[in-house]
Amino acid sequence: MAHHTLHMPCTEADIRKLRVGDTVTLQDTLFGIRDATQIHMFDRGRRTRFDLNGHAVIHTAPNVRKVEPTGTNQAGYEAVCIGTTTSDRMERFTRPLMEREGVRIIIGKGGLRDDSARAFQELGGCYLAVIGGAAALETTWITAIEDVDLDDLNPESLWRFAIRDFGPLIVGMDAHGGSLYRDVQSSVEARRAAVLAKLGA
Amino acid sequence: MSVISAPDKLRVTPDAIEEAAKLLYIRALKILPDDIKQGFFRLDSTETDGLAKSVLATMIENIAVAERTENLLCQDTGIPIFNVQIGRDVEVDGWALKQAIARGTERATREHPLRSSVVHPITRVNAHTSCGAHVPVIHIDFVETPRTLRLEMIPKGSGSENGSFLQMLIPADGLSGVKRFVVDAAIKAGGKVCPPTILGVGVGGTSDLCMHLAKVAATRPLGSVCADAEGAKLEVELSEAVNSLGIGPQGLGGDSTAFAVHVEVAATHITMNPVAVNVQCHSARRASATFTPEGVEVGF
Repeated sequence: MAHHTLHMPCTEADIRKLRVGDTVTLQDTLFGIRDATQIHMFDRGRRTRFDLNGHAVIHTAPNVRKVEPTGTNQAGYEAVCIGTTTSDRMERFTRPLMEREGVRIIIGKGGLRDDSARAFQELGGCYLAVIGGAAALETTWITAIEDVDLDDLNPESLWRFAIRDFGPLIVGMDAHGGSLYRDVQSSVEARRAAVLAKLGA
Repeated sequence: MSVISAPDKLRVTPDAIEEAAKLLYIRALKILPDDIKQGFFRLDSTETDGLAKSVLATMIENIAVAERTENLLCQDTGIPIFNVQIGRDVEVDGWALKQAIARGTERATREHPLRSSVVHPITRVNAHTSCGAHVPVIHIDFVETPRTLRLEMIPKGSGSENGSFLQMLIPADGLSGVKRFVVDAAIKAGGKVCPPTILGVGVGGTSDLCMHLAKVAATRPLGSVCADAEGAKLEVELSEAVNSLGIGPQGLGGDSTAFAVHVEVAATHITMNPVAVNVQCHSARRASATFTPEGVEVGF
Protein backbone atom coordinates (compact mmCIF):
# COMPACT_ATOMS: atom_id res chain seq x y z
CA MET A 1 0.00 0.00 0.00
CA ALA A 2 1.76 3.13 -1.24
CA HIS A 3 1.02 6.79 -0.63
CA HIS A 4 0.99 9.18 -3.59
CA THR A 5 0.82 12.95 -3.91
CA LEU A 6 -0.78 14.19 -7.12
CA HIS A 7 -0.70 17.76 -8.42
CA MET A 8 -3.74 18.56 -10.52
CA PRO A 9 -4.13 18.27 -13.48
CA CYS A 10 -2.47 14.86 -13.81
CA THR A 11 -1.68 12.40 -16.61
CA GLU A 12 -2.92 8.92 -17.46
CA ALA A 13 0.51 7.56 -16.40
CA ASP A 14 0.03 9.11 -12.91
CA ILE A 15 -3.32 7.32 -12.57
CA ARG A 16 -2.09 3.94 -13.82
CA LYS A 17 0.41 3.89 -10.93
CA LEU A 18 -2.39 3.84 -8.34
CA ARG A 19 -3.65 0.53 -6.93
CA VAL A 20 -6.72 -0.25 -4.84
CA GLY A 21 -5.88 0.31 -1.17
CA ASP A 22 -3.21 2.95 -1.85
CA THR A 23 -3.69 6.40 -0.40
CA VAL A 24 -3.52 9.71 -2.28
CA THR A 25 -3.19 13.36 -1.32
CA LEU A 26 -4.26 15.88 -3.95
CA GLN A 27 -2.82 19.35 -4.46
CA ASP A 28 -3.79 22.58 -6.22
CA THR A 29 -7.22 22.25 -7.88
CA LEU A 30 -10.43 20.28 -7.46
CA PHE A 31 -13.84 20.62 -9.14
CA GLY A 32 -17.15 20.10 -7.32
CA ILE A 33 -19.93 18.42 -9.28
CA ARG A 34 -23.30 16.89 -8.40
CA ASP A 35 -26.49 15.23 -9.72
CA ALA A 36 -28.08 18.33 -11.29
CA THR A 37 -24.75 19.54 -12.72
CA GLN A 38 -24.28 16.29 -14.62
CA ILE A 39 -27.94 15.94 -15.64
CA HIS A 40 -27.65 19.38 -17.25
CA MET A 41 -24.21 18.69 -18.78
CA PHE A 42 -24.91 15.27 -20.24
CA ASP A 43 -28.69 14.92 -20.59
CA ARG A 44 -29.42 18.51 -21.63
CA GLY A 45 -26.25 19.23 -23.56
CA ARG A 46 -24.96 22.15 -21.50
CA ARG A 47 -21.24 22.90 -21.68
CA THR A 48 -18.90 24.35 -19.10
CA ARG A 49 -16.27 26.99 -19.71
CA PHE A 50 -13.96 25.08 -17.32
CA ASP A 51 -11.26 22.82 -18.74
CA LEU A 52 -11.60 19.58 -16.76
CA ASN A 53 -8.96 17.71 -18.77
CA GLY A 54 -6.74 15.64 -16.43
CA HIS A 55 -8.59 16.94 -13.38
CA ALA A 56 -10.36 15.49 -10.37
CA VAL A 57 -14.05 16.05 -9.59
CA ILE A 58 -15.65 15.52 -6.20
CA HIS A 59 -19.32 14.66 -5.69
CA THR A 60 -20.45 17.62 -3.61
CA ALA A 61 -22.84 20.53 -3.20
CA PRO A 62 -21.25 22.87 -0.67
CA ASN A 63 -22.54 25.21 2.01
CA VAL A 64 -21.30 28.65 0.96
CA ARG A 65 -21.56 32.29 2.00
CA LYS A 66 -21.84 35.14 -0.53
CA VAL A 67 -18.99 37.64 -0.18
CA GLU A 68 -17.49 40.51 -2.16
CA PRO A 69 -15.19 39.01 -4.84
CA THR A 70 -11.52 39.29 -3.81
CA GLY A 71 -8.17 38.08 -5.15
CA THR A 72 -8.60 34.50 -3.95
CA ASN A 73 -12.40 34.41 -4.06
CA GLN A 74 -13.17 35.69 -7.56
CA ALA A 75 -16.48 33.83 -7.57
CA GLY A 76 -17.81 35.83 -4.64
CA TYR A 77 -18.33 32.75 -2.51
CA GLU A 78 -16.63 31.68 0.69
CA ALA A 79 -16.67 28.09 1.93
CA VAL A 80 -18.84 27.36 4.99
CA CYS A 81 -18.83 23.57 4.89
CA ILE A 82 -17.80 21.36 1.99
CA GLY A 83 -18.24 17.60 2.14
CA THR A 84 -19.10 14.68 -0.06
CA THR A 85 -22.29 13.01 -1.17
CA THR A 86 -23.11 9.40 -2.15
CA SER A 87 -21.59 8.65 -5.56
CA ASP A 88 -23.82 5.76 -6.63
CA ARG A 89 -26.56 8.08 -7.93
CA MET A 90 -24.10 9.53 -10.46
CA GLU A 91 -22.86 6.17 -11.76
CA ARG A 92 -24.00 6.71 -15.37
CA PHE A 93 -22.03 9.96 -15.71
CA THR A 94 -18.57 8.43 -15.15
CA ARG A 95 -17.94 7.55 -18.80
CA PRO A 96 -19.18 10.86 -20.31
CA LEU A 97 -17.17 12.79 -17.69
CA MET A 98 -14.07 10.95 -18.82
CA GLU A 99 -14.77 10.76 -22.57
CA ARG A 100 -16.16 14.25 -23.16
CA GLU A 101 -14.44 16.27 -20.45
CA GLY A 102 -11.20 14.30 -19.92
CA VAL A 103 -11.73 13.87 -16.15
CA ARG A 104 -9.22 11.41 -14.59
CA ILE A 105 -10.32 11.19 -10.96
CA ILE A 106 -13.72 10.94 -9.32
CA ILE A 107 -13.85 11.50 -5.55
CA GLY A 108 -16.86 10.47 -3.54
CA LYS A 109 -18.26 8.12 -0.94
CA GLY A 110 -19.86 4.70 -1.14
CA GLY A 111 -18.24 3.75 -4.45
CA LEU A 112 -19.34 3.31 -8.06
CA ARG A 113 -20.41 0.21 -10.00
CA ASP A 114 -18.99 -2.08 -12.67
CA ASP A 115 -19.63 0.26 -15.64
CA SER A 116 -17.48 2.87 -13.94
CA ALA A 117 -14.81 0.27 -13.15
CA ARG A 118 -14.70 -0.58 -16.86
CA ALA A 119 -14.47 3.11 -17.84
CA PHE A 120 -11.61 3.63 -15.36
CA GLN A 121 -9.79 0.62 -16.81
CA GLU A 122 -10.30 1.51 -20.48
CA LEU A 123 -9.75 5.25 -20.26
CA GLY A 124 -7.29 5.51 -17.37
CA GLY A 125 -9.22 6.84 -14.40
CA CYS A 126 -9.80 6.07 -10.75
CA TYR A 127 -12.20 6.56 -7.84
CA LEU A 128 -10.84 7.96 -4.61
CA ALA A 129 -12.86 7.48 -1.41
CA VAL A 130 -13.14 10.38 0.97
CA ILE A 131 -14.77 9.70 4.34
CA GLY A 132 -18.43 10.65 4.00
CA GLY A 133 -19.82 12.83 6.75
CA ALA A 134 -16.38 14.16 7.66
CA ALA A 135 -17.09 17.53 6.07
CA ALA A 136 -15.77 19.78 8.84
CA LEU A 137 -12.38 18.14 8.36
CA GLU A 138 -12.65 18.17 4.56
CA THR A 139 -13.40 21.91 4.61
CA THR A 140 -9.98 22.53 6.22
CA TRP A 141 -8.34 21.05 3.07
CA ILE A 142 -10.01 23.65 0.82
CA THR A 143 -8.29 27.03 0.74
CA ALA A 144 -10.65 28.95 -1.54
CA ILE A 145 -13.60 28.80 -3.90
CA GLU A 146 -11.80 30.13 -6.97
CA ASP A 147 -14.61 30.11 -9.50
CA VAL A 148 -18.05 28.74 -10.28
CA ASP A 149 -19.91 27.82 -13.47
CA LEU A 150 -23.52 26.75 -14.17
CA ASP A 151 -24.41 28.67 -11.02
CA ASP A 152 -28.12 28.76 -11.84
CA LEU A 153 -28.02 25.22 -10.42
CA ASN A 154 -26.70 26.45 -7.04
CA PRO A 155 -25.82 24.68 -4.79
CA GLU A 156 -25.33 22.02 -7.50
CA SER A 157 -23.13 24.37 -9.54
CA LEU A 158 -19.79 23.36 -11.03
CA TRP A 159 -17.29 24.64 -8.45
CA ARG A 160 -13.56 25.18 -8.75
CA PHE A 161 -11.79 24.86 -5.42
CA ALA A 162 -8.20 25.64 -4.53
CA ILE A 163 -6.94 22.83 -2.29
CA ARG A 164 -3.94 22.10 -0.09
CA ASP A 165 -3.11 18.58 1.19
CA PHE A 166 -6.55 17.24 0.21
CA GLY A 167 -6.58 13.80 1.81
CA PRO A 168 -5.43 11.18 2.50
CA LEU A 169 -7.97 9.61 0.18
CA ILE A 170 -8.27 5.85 -0.36
CA VAL A 171 -8.01 4.38 -3.88
CA GLY A 172 -11.37 2.58 -3.97
CA MET A 173 -11.32 1.76 -7.69
CA ASP A 174 -8.19 1.78 -9.86
CA ALA A 175 -7.33 1.87 -13.58
CA HIS A 176 -6.66 -1.89 -13.64
CA GLY A 177 -10.24 -3.03 -12.99
CA GLY A 178 -9.80 -3.26 -9.23
CA SER A 179 -12.65 -2.23 -6.90
CA LEU A 180 -12.59 -2.37 -3.13
CA TYR A 181 -16.39 -2.04 -3.20
CA ARG A 182 -16.81 -5.11 -5.41
CA ASP A 183 -14.45 -7.07 -3.14
CA VAL A 184 -16.39 -6.11 -0.01
CA GLN A 185 -19.74 -6.79 -1.70
CA SER A 186 -18.60 -10.31 -2.72
CA SER A 187 -17.39 -11.05 0.78
CA VAL A 188 -20.68 -9.77 2.26
CA GLU A 189 -22.71 -11.93 -0.15
CA ALA A 190 -20.60 -14.93 0.88
CA ARG A 191 -21.40 -14.34 4.56
CA ARG A 192 -25.14 -13.82 4.01
CA ALA A 193 -26.21 -17.48 4.21
CA ALA A 194 -24.44 -18.07 7.54
CA VAL A 195 -25.88 -14.86 9.01
CA LEU A 196 -29.42 -15.85 7.97
CA ALA A 197 -28.96 -19.40 9.26
CA LYS A 198 -27.97 -18.08 12.69
CA LEU A 199 -31.12 -15.93 12.70
CA GLY A 200 -33.22 -18.96 11.77
CA ALA A 201 -34.26 -17.08 8.63
CA MET B 1 -36.67 32.83 24.02
CA SER B 2 -39.40 33.74 26.46
CA VAL B 3 -41.76 31.44 28.24
CA ILE B 4 -44.77 32.98 29.91
CA SER B 5 -46.15 30.81 32.63
CA ALA B 6 -49.71 31.21 33.81
CA PRO B 7 -50.35 29.81 37.29
CA ASP B 8 -51.57 26.46 36.05
CA LYS B 9 -50.66 26.49 32.34
CA LEU B 10 -47.49 26.69 30.29
CA ARG B 11 -47.89 29.18 27.47
CA VAL B 12 -45.37 29.01 24.64
CA THR B 13 -45.38 31.85 22.13
CA PRO B 14 -44.77 31.46 18.37
CA ASP B 15 -41.74 33.76 18.70
CA ALA B 16 -40.17 31.41 21.23
CA ILE B 17 -40.82 28.45 18.91
CA GLU B 18 -39.30 30.30 15.95
CA GLU B 19 -36.12 31.14 17.88
CA ALA B 20 -35.84 27.56 19.13
CA ALA B 21 -36.37 26.09 15.66
CA LYS B 22 -33.59 28.27 14.24
CA LEU B 23 -31.21 27.51 17.09
CA LEU B 24 -31.91 23.76 17.03
CA TYR B 25 -31.37 23.37 13.28
CA ILE B 26 -27.92 24.97 13.51
CA ARG B 27 -27.00 23.22 16.76
CA ALA B 28 -28.04 19.81 15.43
CA LEU B 29 -25.80 20.26 12.39
CA LYS B 30 -22.76 21.09 14.55
CA ILE B 31 -22.81 19.04 17.75
CA LEU B 32 -23.23 15.29 17.77
CA PRO B 33 -25.20 13.87 20.73
CA ASP B 34 -23.14 12.20 23.49
CA ASP B 35 -24.74 8.78 22.89
CA ILE B 36 -23.46 8.81 19.29
CA LYS B 37 -19.97 9.90 20.40
CA GLN B 38 -19.94 7.04 22.92
CA GLY B 39 -21.12 4.74 20.11
CA PHE B 40 -18.05 5.72 18.07
CA PHE B 41 -15.67 4.99 20.95
CA ARG B 42 -17.35 1.60 21.50
CA LEU B 43 -17.02 0.64 17.83
CA ASP B 44 -13.42 1.88 17.70
CA SER B 45 -12.49 -0.28 20.69
CA THR B 46 -13.85 -3.48 19.12
CA GLU B 47 -13.05 -2.98 15.43
CA THR B 48 -10.53 -5.54 14.14
CA ASP B 49 -10.03 -4.32 10.54
CA GLY B 50 -7.13 -1.89 10.03
CA LEU B 51 -8.70 0.20 7.26
CA ALA B 52 -12.02 0.34 9.16
CA LYS B 53 -10.18 1.58 12.27
CA SER B 54 -8.59 4.41 10.28
CA VAL B 55 -11.99 5.33 8.80
CA LEU B 56 -13.49 5.47 12.31
CA ALA B 57 -10.54 7.58 13.49
CA THR B 58 -11.22 10.12 10.71
CA MET B 59 -14.89 10.28 11.70
CA ILE B 60 -13.97 10.83 15.35
CA GLU B 61 -11.46 13.52 14.34
CA ASN B 62 -14.20 15.21 12.30
CA ILE B 63 -16.47 15.46 15.37
CA ALA B 64 -13.68 17.33 17.19
CA VAL B 65 -12.90 19.57 14.18
CA ALA B 66 -16.59 20.50 13.84
CA GLU B 67 -16.75 21.53 17.51
CA ARG B 68 -13.41 23.38 17.41
CA THR B 69 -14.20 25.30 14.22
CA GLU B 70 -17.92 25.61 15.08
CA ASN B 71 -18.65 24.14 11.68
CA LEU B 72 -21.21 21.67 10.39
CA LEU B 73 -20.34 17.99 10.89
CA CYS B 74 -21.57 17.06 7.42
CA GLN B 75 -22.34 19.24 4.43
CA ASP B 76 -25.76 17.63 4.08
CA THR B 77 -28.16 19.93 5.90
CA GLY B 78 -30.79 17.27 5.29
CA ILE B 79 -34.55 17.42 5.22
CA PRO B 80 -35.54 19.30 8.38
CA ILE B 81 -37.77 17.22 10.66
CA PHE B 82 -39.33 18.56 13.85
CA ASN B 83 -40.96 16.32 16.43
CA VAL B 84 -43.17 18.26 18.83
CA GLN B 85 -44.34 16.71 22.10
CA ILE B 86 -47.01 18.69 23.86
CA GLY B 87 -47.72 17.80 27.48
CA ARG B 88 -50.85 18.43 29.50
CA ASP B 89 -51.72 21.98 30.59
CA VAL B 90 -49.87 23.59 27.72
CA GLU B 91 -51.35 26.49 25.81
CA VAL B 92 -50.03 26.79 22.30
CA ASP B 93 -51.55 27.92 19.02
CA GLY B 94 -50.93 24.82 16.91
CA TRP B 95 -51.27 26.52 13.54
CA ALA B 96 -48.96 29.36 14.58
CA LEU B 97 -46.49 26.78 15.93
CA LYS B 98 -46.19 25.17 12.50
CA GLN B 99 -45.62 28.55 10.81
CA ALA B 100 -43.05 29.46 13.48
CA ILE B 101 -41.08 26.26 12.89
CA ALA B 102 -40.93 27.00 9.14
CA ARG B 103 -39.84 30.61 9.81
CA GLY B 104 -37.10 29.42 12.18
CA THR B 105 -35.90 26.91 9.59
CA GLU B 106 -35.79 29.54 6.86
CA ARG B 107 -33.96 32.00 9.11
CA ALA B 108 -31.33 29.41 10.05
CA THR B 109 -30.80 28.76 6.34
CA ARG B 110 -30.46 32.42 5.37
CA GLU B 111 -28.74 33.80 8.45
CA HIS B 112 -26.07 31.12 9.14
CA PRO B 113 -26.07 30.52 6.05
CA LEU B 114 -26.84 26.85 5.39
CA ARG B 115 -27.20 25.00 2.12
CA SER B 116 -30.88 24.62 1.34
CA SER B 117 -31.14 20.95 0.43
CA VAL B 118 -34.86 21.12 -0.38
CA VAL B 119 -36.31 21.32 -3.90
CA HIS B 120 -39.71 21.06 -5.55
CA PRO B 121 -40.06 17.35 -6.43
CA ILE B 122 -41.15 17.94 -10.04
CA THR B 123 -39.48 21.20 -11.15
CA ARG B 124 -36.40 20.56 -8.91
CA VAL B 125 -36.34 24.31 -8.16
CA ASN B 126 -34.59 25.22 -4.89
CA ALA B 127 -36.19 28.15 -3.05
CA HIS B 128 -33.09 28.41 -0.82
CA THR B 129 -35.23 28.36 2.32
CA SER B 130 -34.96 24.66 3.32
CA CYS B 131 -38.76 24.79 3.17
CA GLY B 132 -41.41 23.70 0.67
CA ALA B 133 -44.68 21.83 0.52
CA HIS B 134 -44.94 19.74 3.74
CA VAL B 135 -41.33 20.63 4.62
CA PRO B 136 -40.15 21.06 7.35
CA VAL B 137 -41.71 17.72 8.24
CA ILE B 138 -43.56 18.30 11.51
CA HIS B 139 -44.85 15.51 13.76
CA ILE B 140 -47.01 16.55 16.68
CA ASP B 141 -47.75 14.24 19.58
CA PHE B 142 -49.53 14.76 22.89
CA VAL B 143 -47.99 13.32 26.05
CA GLU B 144 -48.90 13.15 29.72
CA THR B 145 -45.98 15.22 31.15
CA PRO B 146 -47.57 18.36 32.65
CA ARG B 147 -46.62 21.89 31.52
CA THR B 148 -43.89 20.75 29.15
CA LEU B 149 -43.41 21.25 25.44
CA ARG B 150 -40.50 19.51 23.75
CA LEU B 151 -39.23 20.40 20.32
CA GLU B 152 -36.84 17.91 18.72
CA MET B 153 -35.00 18.75 15.50
CA ILE B 154 -33.56 16.11 13.18
CA PRO B 155 -31.75 17.12 9.97
CA LYS B 156 -32.19 13.89 8.02
CA GLY B 157 -29.39 13.28 5.55
CA SER B 158 -30.25 12.03 2.07
CA GLY B 159 -27.57 9.37 1.64
CA SER B 160 -29.12 7.40 4.47
CA GLU B 161 -32.73 8.37 3.65
CA ASN B 162 -32.28 6.94 0.15
CA GLY B 163 -31.64 3.65 1.98
CA SER B 164 -35.34 3.20 2.81
CA PHE B 165 -37.13 -0.06 2.18
CA LEU B 166 -40.71 -1.27 2.67
CA GLN B 167 -42.16 -4.71 2.06
CA MET B 168 -45.74 -5.76 2.68
CA LEU B 169 -44.87 -9.28 3.76
CA ILE B 170 -47.69 -11.72 4.49
CA PRO B 171 -48.29 -13.77 7.65
CA ALA B 172 -46.91 -16.94 6.00
CA ASP B 173 -43.54 -15.17 5.60
CA GLY B 174 -43.36 -15.09 9.40
CA LEU B 175 -40.73 -13.44 11.55
CA SER B 176 -38.04 -15.13 9.48
CA GLY B 177 -39.23 -13.12 6.48
CA VAL B 178 -38.86 -9.96 8.53
CA LYS B 179 -35.31 -10.87 9.57
CA ARG B 180 -34.30 -11.80 6.03
CA PHE B 181 -35.68 -8.49 4.73
CA VAL B 182 -33.63 -6.47 7.24
CA VAL B 183 -30.39 -8.33 6.45
CA ASP B 184 -30.95 -7.90 2.70
CA ALA B 185 -31.76 -4.20 3.15
CA ALA B 186 -28.45 -3.73 4.99
CA ILE B 187 -26.63 -5.50 2.15
CA LYS B 188 -28.41 -3.45 -0.52
CA ALA B 189 -27.67 -0.19 1.32
CA GLY B 190 -23.99 -1.18 1.62
CA GLY B 191 -21.67 1.81 1.93
CA LYS B 192 -24.11 4.22 0.27
CA VAL B 193 -25.84 5.06 3.58
CA CYS B 194 -22.65 6.20 5.33
CA PRO B 195 -22.12 3.40 7.87
CA PRO B 196 -21.74 2.92 10.78
CA THR B 197 -25.48 3.48 10.91
CA ILE B 198 -28.46 3.13 13.16
CA LEU B 199 -30.67 0.74 11.24
CA GLY B 200 -34.30 1.54 12.05
CA VAL B 201 -36.81 -1.25 11.60
CA GLY B 202 -40.57 -0.86 11.66
CA VAL B 203 -42.65 -3.98 12.16
CA GLY B 204 -46.42 -3.99 11.78
CA GLY B 205 -48.97 -1.21 11.36
CA THR B 206 -50.09 0.00 7.93
CA SER B 207 -47.61 0.72 5.14
CA ASP B 208 -47.20 4.40 6.09
CA LEU B 209 -47.14 3.72 9.84
CA CYS B 210 -44.57 0.95 9.33
CA MET B 211 -42.25 3.35 7.49
CA HIS B 212 -42.80 5.99 10.16
CA LEU B 213 -41.88 3.47 12.87
CA ALA B 214 -38.65 2.72 11.01
CA LYS B 215 -37.78 6.43 11.07
CA VAL B 216 -38.62 6.70 14.78
CA ALA B 217 -36.37 3.68 15.42
CA ALA B 218 -33.51 5.08 13.30
CA THR B 219 -33.53 8.41 15.12
CA ARG B 220 -33.87 7.08 18.69
CA PRO B 221 -30.85 7.66 20.99
CA LEU B 222 -28.31 4.85 21.22
CA GLY B 223 -28.84 2.82 24.38
CA SER B 224 -32.62 3.15 24.22
CA VAL B 225 -34.52 -0.11 23.95
CA CYS B 226 -37.77 -0.98 22.17
CA ALA B 227 -40.67 -0.78 24.63
CA ASP B 228 -42.08 -4.05 23.27
CA ALA B 229 -40.30 -7.12 24.70
CA GLU B 230 -40.42 -9.04 21.40
CA GLY B 231 -39.15 -5.98 19.55
CA ALA B 232 -36.31 -5.64 22.06
CA LYS B 233 -35.30 -9.28 21.47
CA LEU B 234 -35.26 -8.65 17.73
CA GLU B 235 -33.00 -5.60 18.22
CA VAL B 236 -30.30 -7.76 19.87
CA GLU B 237 -30.49 -10.52 17.25
CA LEU B 238 -30.49 -8.17 14.26
CA SER B 239 -27.69 -5.97 15.64
CA GLU B 240 -25.44 -9.00 15.87
CA ALA B 241 -26.49 -10.24 12.42
CA VAL B 242 -25.93 -6.93 10.61
CA ASN B 243 -22.52 -6.51 12.24
CA SER B 244 -21.50 -9.99 11.07
CA LEU B 245 -21.87 -9.06 7.40
CA GLY B 246 -18.52 -7.27 7.09
CA ILE B 247 -19.82 -4.15 5.30
CA GLY B 248 -17.89 -1.90 7.68
CA PRO B 249 -17.59 1.89 7.99
CA GLN B 250 -18.19 3.56 4.61
CA GLY B 251 -18.74 0.10 3.09
CA LEU B 252 -14.97 -0.45 2.89
CA GLY B 253 -15.12 -3.62 5.01
CA GLY B 254 -14.92 -4.23 8.76
CA ASP B 255 -16.98 -5.10 11.82
CA SER B 256 -18.56 -1.68 12.43
CA THR B 257 -21.56 -1.65 10.10
CA ALA B 258 -24.19 -0.41 12.56
CA PHE B 259 -24.05 1.24 15.97
CA ALA B 260 -27.26 -0.68 16.55
CA VAL B 261 -30.43 -2.00 14.99
CA HIS B 262 -33.49 -0.35 16.56
CA VAL B 263 -36.97 -1.80 16.25
CA GLU B 264 -40.38 -0.18 16.73
CA VAL B 265 -43.60 -2.16 16.52
CA ALA B 266 -47.29 -1.46 15.93
CA ALA B 267 -50.25 -3.79 15.88
CA THR B 268 -51.21 -4.90 12.41
CA HIS B 269 -53.99 -6.64 10.46
CA ILE B 270 -54.49 -10.42 10.57
CA THR B 271 -53.57 -10.62 6.87
CA MET B 272 -50.52 -8.35 7.06
CA ASN B 273 -46.86 -8.57 8.09
CA PRO B 274 -45.30 -5.28 6.98
CA VAL B 275 -41.64 -4.47 7.57
CA ALA B 276 -39.74 -1.28 6.83
CA VAL B 277 -36.13 -0.17 7.13
CA ASN B 278 -34.97 3.42 7.46
CA VAL B 279 -31.32 4.24 8.00
CA GLN B 280 -29.62 6.93 10.06
CA CYS B 281 -26.04 7.69 8.99
CA HIS B 282 -23.09 8.04 11.38
CA SER B 283 -23.73 11.77 11.47
CA ALA B 284 -26.76 10.87 13.60
CA ARG B 285 -27.74 14.43 14.44
CA ARG B 286 -30.41 15.58 16.87
CA ALA B 287 -31.09 18.63 19.02
CA SER B 288 -33.95 19.45 21.35
CA ALA B 289 -35.43 22.29 23.36
CA THR B 290 -37.68 21.60 26.34
CA PHE B 291 -40.01 24.39 27.47
CA THR B 292 -41.18 24.29 31.10
CA PRO B 293 -42.34 26.99 33.53
CA GLU B 294 -38.69 27.24 34.64
CA GLY B 295 -37.50 28.20 31.14
CA VAL B 296 -36.00 26.52 28.10
CA GLU B 297 -33.44 23.74 28.27
CA VAL B 298 -31.48 22.93 25.14
CA GLY B 299 -30.02 19.45 24.73
CA PHE B 300 -30.22 16.44 22.49
